[in-house]
Amino acid sequence: MSSPTTTRPASDAARVAQAAREVVEAHDPLSVPREELFGALYDAGLAWVHHPEGLGGLGLSRGLQPVVDQIVTDAGGERMFAVNPIGYGMGAPTVVEYGPDRDQVGAWLRPMATGEEIWCQLFSEPGAGSDVAGLATSAVRDGDEWVVNGQKVWTTLAHVARWGMLVARTDPEQPKHRGLTYFVIDMTQPGVDVRPLRQMTGQAEFNEVHLHDARVLDAHRLGEVGAGWKVAITTLMNERTAIGGVTGRRGSGVIGEALGLWRAHPDRHTPVLRDRLAALWTRAETHRLTLARARRTASAGQPGPEGSVSKLVGAELNQDVYEFCMDLLGPDALLYDDWTMDRGRVHTDPNSTVQQRFLRSRANTIEGGTSEVMRNILGERVLGLPGEPRSDSDRPWKEVPRG
Amino acid sequence: MAEQELREFDVTDEQRELRAALHRFAERQHDEATLRRLVDTTDGFDRALWARLGTELGALSLAVPEDLGGAGGTCVDQAVAAEELGAALVTGPLLGTVALAVPALVAAPAGDGRDALLAALADGSRTAALVARLTTPYDGASAAGVTADGDRLTGTVEHVPDAGAADVLVVAAAGPEGPVLAVVDPGADGVRVQRCGSFDVTRPVGRVVLDGVTGTVLATGADADGALRHAFRTAGALLAAEQAGIARRLLDLTVAYAKERLQFGRPIGSFQAVKHRCADMLVAVEQARTAALHAAWAVDDPRVDDADLAVSIAQATCSETAYRVAADAVQLHGGIGFTWEHVAHLYYKRAVADAALLGSAEAHRERIAVLVLDTLGDDVREPRVATG
Repeated sequence: MSSPTTTRPASDAARVAQAAREVVEAHDPLSVPREELFGALYDAGLAWVHHPEGLGGLGLSRGLQPVVDQIVTDAGGERMFAVNPIGYGMGAPTVVEYGPDRDQVGAWLRPMATGEEIWCQLFSEPGAGSDVAGLATSAVRDGDEWVVNGQKVWTTLAHVARWGMLVARTDPEQPKHRGLTYFVIDMTQPGVDVRPLRQMTGQAEFNEVHLHDARVLDAHRLGEVGAGWKVAITTLMNERTAIGGVTGRRGSGVIGEALGLWRAHPDRHTPVLRDRLAALWTRAETHRLTLARARRTASAGQPGPEGSVSKLVGAELNQDVYEFCMDLLGPDALLYDDWTMDRGRVHTDPNSTVQQRFLRSRANTIEGGTSEVMRNILGERVLGLPGEPRSDSDRPWKEVPRG
Repeated sequence: MAEQELREFDVTDEQRELRAALHRFAERQHDEATLRRLVDTTDGFDRALWARLGTELGALSLAVPEDLGGAGGTCVDQAVAAEELGAALVTGPLLGTVALAVPALVAAPAGDGRDALLAALADGSRTAALVARLTTPYDGASAAGVTADGDRLTGTVEHVPDAGAADVLVVAAAGPEGPVLAVVDPGADGVRVQRCGSFDVTRPVGRVVLDGVTGTVLATGADADGALRHAFRTAGALLAAEQAGIARRLLDLTVAYAKERLQFGRPIGSFQAVKHRCADMLVAVEQARTAALHAAWAVDDPRVDDADLAVSIAQATCSETAYRVAADAVQLHGGIGFTWEHVAHLYYKRAVADAALLGSAEAHRERIAVLVLDTLGDDVREPRVATG
């Protein structure tokens, strides 16, 4: 039997680490602007190491990206993902796989990597949440352009976005999955109206986007006309990976907040709360290790079911941890009156309160696919269980009941 | 020592082959009919099959050093085997011999008696049980169930897995100068091994009574403590792997059933109530496998993690998972799942028994709480895998 500590020859990991250290030394994260550091990482193929060379990558395993992230954050830099999460995590894989041509894709990717051009995702609608393919926003061809009308909702970062990933209905006569087309739309044009959407925390982290005769170039279409659902799947699978796929250090993140709160309030310790926290810590740690295992065993390239597993587990764990935190605070949790509407803050803001985070966590099991839909995906796509009987698959979209 | 790269969770080709070989063995030599026949026999297992596990498949000697007739493998290798043998509910004194007695002997000081005994356990010609208090996590003091006065051992130990089938008893005793590890012949005068009725019919437990019996002392003091600590850690990791294997097999059985069983005109697996429960089982199984493997890695290499913490994470997680998944499997099989003729109850009973051995999930959560919550700083070491 081979030993688990066998030394490997100089690996891709070592090569990536070396390249990342060189970039960080030449562009000190603590003294140069973020755009310069991230631009240098892009040019060195370290923005997405699994991308082709020349498109921010080195053609290596996706599993090596954390090597770069670790070196950058250890040197005091931000994670590229955190600066432009929708673009970095979901836009990039989609445009690389379905982008119109290499020049256009490169022109999108570099400012996406540097954070100079923020991206948002125009999928959800008031009438189409988990059932994304039921969406109604229309795109009608007009020469080299398409004319877009409709309303999107829950659009993170739309108020600062330069580009939006838009799925629109181009043929209402087709069954719902077949009448969709995928575009990249300019968010700064007339006819794109972004309005804050206030949530139960009091903040407006999301937006509604009203599209009124907005225009999108046919040259900015991803994939074939009518094949938008296939393209959207790439985005959605990566959404789950991006939402659930961040592995912190032991005791960091949400469970770290709970530990900090526990240590700050020794007067509130009870055996029952201690048992709950020990159980939560164990779940958090097992979840963290499972992500690490999945990363080790995943073959390079397309995200697998680990994304769906991790999204489901992470969402429910977050809620349970914040429920614990509120219980630990006891009656003091009631003392909160800052319901200021604020578009700038997000729930990861270090200044946000336990109460805000607790409320925000209610969204975790809804956003990016509800936990119910996630369980269907695991049951059907991973375990191979039969699908639900459905009435919308073969009917023209315009005949399917909606609401 | 030069810094070596840790590749936690990498699976080697040898481990894949071992898993496949044991899977084939279980399918061909240890099917459900065989299992049901064996649990009705006096010993509860087949000595010829046991010897084949040792000689032909090498599954008994994975952790025995090569110069003593073993494969010189790791705890991770053993965990792979334990998961597969657990999935098939293979009977025989695996817990007593492979998971407990062998690691205790491997970690004890070398000597002619120890070396010969290890060789015999490795090839399956003899079997063993560790006579210790095996229902709580190891804390150095409470494991010794009997007292030692020189080499004379006295006391009674309950709930000893595989005691009835053991050719050799490896005894943890408390001596005047600390722990003692000794070997006792179960046929010697003053030894009584009582087979008890066992909740888990696939793994008997027994009561061992020693009345001033003379044993062969293998280790004392720190040596004995180290050997026992290693035995409990290894057994904790392997029992967790077995629980993960049980949960995985029950998930497979349940999913297969949910695809073929029709009610209301369609497969029950198409109903969300059933599908979602299966999805939850899948999630739990994956987490359990992670926790068990992590514990095995930590037992092998102290750089990976604090072994006691990793084993407690694994035991707390896997005990709950096996128990919960077994209950779900019974439920989702409906009426047939509650019958004697269906195999689910055999797994269910093993899951219940496994959760009670080597410390309950609650006991391990208590140890986690002591290690993680009762300290002031963040001094719980970061496992090396986390940066991988």
